[in-house]
Amino acid sequence: MAPDLRTKLGQVELPNPILTASGCAGAGRELAQFIDVSKIGAVVTKSVMLAPRAGRPTPRMVETPSGMLNAIGLQGPGIDAFLQRDLPWLLSRGARAVVSIAGSTVEEFAELAARLSDAPGVTAIEVNISCPNVEHRGQVFACDVTDSGSVVAAVRARTRRDIPVFAKLSPDVTDIVSIARSCVTAGADGLSMINTLLGMAIDTETMRPVLAGLTGGLSGPAIRPIAVRCIWQVREALPGVPIIGMGGVLTGRDALELILAGASMVSVGTATFHDPSATVRILRELEEELARRGIDRLSDVVGLAHEMRPAGRAAGSVV
Amino acid sequence: MTSDGPEPDAGPLQVRGTILTVRRIDAYHVMTVVAPGIAARFRPGQFVAVAVGGQDTSMLLRRCFSIHDVRPDHGGTVEFVFSVVGRGTQWLAERRPREALDLTGPLGRPFPVPRDPVSCLLVGGGYGSSPLFALADRLRERGCTVDFLLGAASGDKVFGALTARRTGRSATITTVDGSLGVRGIVTDVLGQVIHDARTDVIYACGPMPMLRQVTALARRYDIPVQVAVEESMACGIGVCMTCVLPVVGSDGITRMVRSCVDGPVFRGERVRWDDIGTIPLDAFGAPGWEQRRLRQPRPGGEHTAGRPGHGA
Repeated sequence: MAPDLRTKLGQVELPNPILTASGCAGAGRELAQFIDVSKIGAVVTKSVMLAPRAGRPTPRMVETPSGMLNAIGLQGPGIDAFLQRDLPWLLSRGARAVVSIAGSTVEEFAELAARLSDAPGVTAIEVNISCPNVEHRGQVFACDVTDSGSVVAAVRARTRRDIPVFAKLSPDVTDIVSIARSCVTAGADGLSMINTLLGMAIDTETMRPVLAGLTGGLSGPAIRPIAVRCIWQVREALPGVPIIGMGGVLTGRDALELILAGASMVSVGTATFHDPSATVRILRELEEELARRGIDRLSDVVGLAHEMRPAGRAAGSVV
Repeated sequence: MTSDGPEPDAGPLQVRGTILTVRRIDAYHVMTVVAPGIAARFRPGQFVAVAVGGQDTSMLLRRCFSIHDVRPDHGGTVEFVFSVVGRGTQWLAERRPREALDLTGPLGRPFPVPRDPVSCLLVGGGYGSSPLFALADRLRERGCTVDFLLGAASGDKVFGALTARRTGRSATITTVDGSLGVRGIVTDVLGQVIHDARTDVIYACGPMPMLRQVTALARRYDIPVQVAVEESMACGIGVCMTCVLPVVGSDGITRMVRSCVDGPVFRGERVRWDDIGTIPLDAFGAPGWEQRRLRQPRPGGEHTAGRPGHGA
């Protein structure tokens, strides 16, 4: 019998735990040429902002070992175009829409939440707090305990009760647990982790930085161990909080690793650039991985590694 | 294409193709892959995005190549030309027949072809000429005449010189070192070729500086020009937003558009060549763009709209 892959995104039940990752799937339309977007757990949209945004100059991306750096700068058409064009399209295809929002002030986030609450069909909101806060000298919200909490509180207050709010955390912090706790205290129904890590590449031929924006976000399998660690730490500290895990998942096995660390959903990002049908492939592979281990329900393995410490480190065996 | 083939606007496919041949032609590699669905849907100017490095690759970004040719044999083959410039293309060059290759395509907007039988000049730089030969076939089917102007640094880097000479009404070759054809670059002789061929439409593919100059000259002669740009791409399907460049829309507004899905073919005069690598201050969504637009409205590309014989 096929394993039961149903999972909970806050109060909302999803048929399976495989999602797209924000910024790696647009609003689903391009991927629909290769996959049935209604078959995956949800489409997490590219972060939507209030106003249209042109993004950063090119070059915007560079391949790195088992990963890539990107500095796109949140190019997008803004919330009006999203509500008019992208959201209705996703719903017409039977997809569940998790809308990622980004802003440069707390009020911008709150306004986006209100706009999305007025629109029918939003499954959840993912708050991309890895944006510079213009009211705090450009300090990234996600790197500050107070700012993270302020954004989440403002979004939660303006979001319809039945729409779960997830905060997307940056791993570029000293203590991710304190940020996670601040977001949950502020009303987050769950956490998404991890966003990209800040990185940089220099072309040794031209001796110049490769990216026009100098630095960029590192993603791909290169960062997966960091994702596993972050999910592990937060699950350990806040065991009841649902987690959407992401960070370099290329296969069903990789997804299972994040699930064992504590994620009850997994977003697939960079893998989609490599393989446009990665989400449905990973979903199939995850099902096989679970079936092969005789596991009937996905929920039985969420965070399971916390109960299965390495054998050599069991109590009494430490020298 | 047979009448029961896919619709012309049928979308791209992801195919696990089988490599038929990998050949060296002068400075380049030419790979032919059995990929029936892609071959059937192809129109000149479109490209494929190829996964490199095999299973467990550390190279996650696809490599994008113009489709050089498709043939009906083996159910449908796709051919593309590449130059070894890094580890990904090195891996491709080392492939052998019968190995598998994951490719998506055909991607991007093809070259629009004229409704009327006009005189077309096809300008290629380096192996940027590779998509021009399938285009030439298509143009001749429409009753157009085709002249070629191909250039490169040296003779071994002019892709398709023989084919151009065999199939073109005329074929002019330029090389920087003078090892083949006229010494110089394509734009040195473009004016003369336009004059001799009484060119009505120009199609160009090659390095960005060449496309920029070809566009400038075409404007001087008031000839419409379609360019296929070589922007660095990552996904090839429109989701990563890597390959953007500033292009003026029919409404006069500049947008950062994706060369993979909104191009790679653009009307040359719509591309803001001087602003590539920047976000123009009046581009849609640039900080303060609306105020700037109100203060200094751009004329946009309207003055070139609706040219006869140049419908999309």
